[in-house]
Amino acid sequence: MKSVLSKITLIALALTAVSCFDKSKPNFQYFPNMYESVGYETYGEAPILPENTAALLPAEGTVPRGWLPYRFDNTLEGKELARVDKNPLLVENRDSDLAKGKELYNVYCAICHGIKGDGQGTLVKREKILGVPTYADVARNITVGSTYHTIYYGLNSMGSYAAQLSSEEEIWQISAYVMELKKDLTK
Amino acid sequence: MKGFPNLLRQALLSLVLVFSAVSLSFGQDGSDPAKGKQLFNQNCAACHALNRKMTGPALANVETRLAEDEGLDREWLYAWIKNSAGVISSGDDYANRIYNEYNKAAMTAFPTLSNEDIDNILAYTSAPPPAPVTPAATTAVGATSAEGNGANSDLVLAVLSFVLLVLVAMLVLVNRTLRQIAVANGIQVEKEKVQRLPLWKAFAQNQFLVFVSVIILLLSSAYFAYAYMMQIGIDQGYAPVQPIHYSHKIHAGDNKIECTYCHSSARVSKHSGIPSLNVCMNCHKSIYEYTGNPEGPSAEDLANGYTNEFYTGEIKKLYKAVGWDEENQRYTGESYPVEWVRIHNLPDFVYFNHSQHYSVAGVECQTCHGPVEEMEVMYQYAPLTMGWCINCHRETNVKLTSNPYYEKIHEELSKKYGVDELTAAQMGGLECGKCHY
Repeated sequence: MKSVLSKITLIALALTAVSCFDKSKPNFQYFPNMYESVGYETYGEAPILPENTAALLPAEGTVPRGWLPYRFDNTLEGKELARVDKNPLLVENRDSDLAKGKELYNVYCAICHGIKGDGQGTLVKREKILGVPTYADVARNITVGSTYHTIYYGLNSMGSYAAQLSSEEEIWQISAYVMELKKDLTK
Repeated sequence: MKGFPNLLRQALLSLVLVFSAVSLSFGQDGSDPAKGKQLFNQNCAACHALNRKMTGPALANVETRLAEDEGLDREWLYAWIKNSAGVISSGDDYANRIYNEYNKAAMTAFPTLSNEDIDNILAYTSAPPPAPVTPAATTAVGATSAEGNGANSDLVLAVLSFVLLVLVAMLVLVNRTLRQIAVANGIQVEKEKVQRLPLWKAFAQNQFLVFVSVIILLLSSAYFAYAYMMQIGIDQGYAPVQPIHYSHKIHAGDNKIECTYCHSSARVSKHSGIPSLNVCMNCHKSIYEYTGNPEGPSAEDLANGYTNEFYTGEIKKLYKAVGWDEENQRYTGESYPVEWVRIHNLPDFVYFNHSQHYSVAGVECQTCHGPVEEMEVMYQYAPLTMGWCINCHRETNVKLTSNPYYEKIHEELSKKYGVDELTAAQMGGLECGKCHY
């Protein structure tokens, strides 16, 4: 009788232990000091840092890798000056640059501006965001330099995309690809 | 059958609305608000809404407001819309005031719009065509039928449990009457107790049985102990409650936004970063409310409380965190970090690099993270154990196309192993030091 009873309790215990994983809390760990970092983790809490978070803005005056300070201001005058800025990418790499630009464009821009650049992205078609212009718009008359300026700073309802792109090179690749789309649209 | 008069009323209402729409759809001077709406959505709606400030001012009844408050006529509007910068530089008082009021955000010139187009747009801003009423009617019908279903199943359950109760009561009654009859006839119902060896004593005396059951007991407890210990430290299915209810289903599923749109650092770095709030604001500067699927919310969503109002409330939480003043369309500068709860977390003694898997190997995000585009609440799909990693390394071939980096080593190694395509394991994907150092 005793053995049967103990067997049942053991099975019941094991079952409750296995089935009781609370989905809203992480499971417990063997030797957590081997699992958890001694240093502050990315995005983790960091009591010695401002706002108690390890995710901070870069220190003022520093330049991130892949970037140099942009020489045009975030003003209309700056945009007009940027209009004549030339694409510094090498002509020899044009094909690979455009391929990379297309890949990035389809991730970051096409959702509103459309795969073809006609302003008919998924969000526009679903009427979430309206009034996205086509690249062929005569009044805007975009150039590679003004496209770079717009991606870097944003314009009116469009936000800056500099944070999502990892280098100047990537913005130039996208800008060059946008010019290709404009060429196809105005053909 | 209660729904029928409702339906009839709705049909009547929609008829009335359609008639009023037809009578409204032509403005006083022959301009067409419907065409105006189309033009408005194409050209103006990025920065203007009818009844709320966006990048530019709200435009409902803009013409009458301008005429009454500023004494400006339609000619001024023509000039402004076609070339606002020109009107500003001409020193026009109101033009400069509105330009400065809206943080010097310049309105794009629209030289391509004709006066007639502008008339249509103005007709739309003064009398927008009424919204189509049919979707509302269908959702109402859907809701009533869903309700009907729920009521039906509840009713069936109630009837079934009642029948069961009646059966039990009948059995008890029959048993009692039978006993009474037996007693009346003088029959002995109770059985006499026989003195027998208790079962457990008989069991204890049989040594073979005891031996076998001990073995079974040991084996089964070992099995359960093993299963229990093997799941320690594994968070598969972990779905914490996040401070802002972010639905991957709506963003990645319905709206088809690419994963790397928000998690952009997965392309180029070890981490697939949590997007900073400015990434949210790229779209949510314009999208200030959730208007839902065209089909309306599903019954399942409603049961979970995921209504349009609920989602709109979550967008407001974002505005609060990022310090976005909706009223004046500007950042207040008062922001606070959103404390997202991390779900996928490898132990500190493992190195894992996102860009290596996403950009170099071309592994789909869904391979490890599961059908994220269907997840209303994000959860951990994979166990993230070492066995799981190793298994994939054994089964996956190295992606060599358009990657000249691997050409030479592939040539040598494929000769060594005598295979056409190398797996990640054969390239060294099983070496301890690749991930543990």
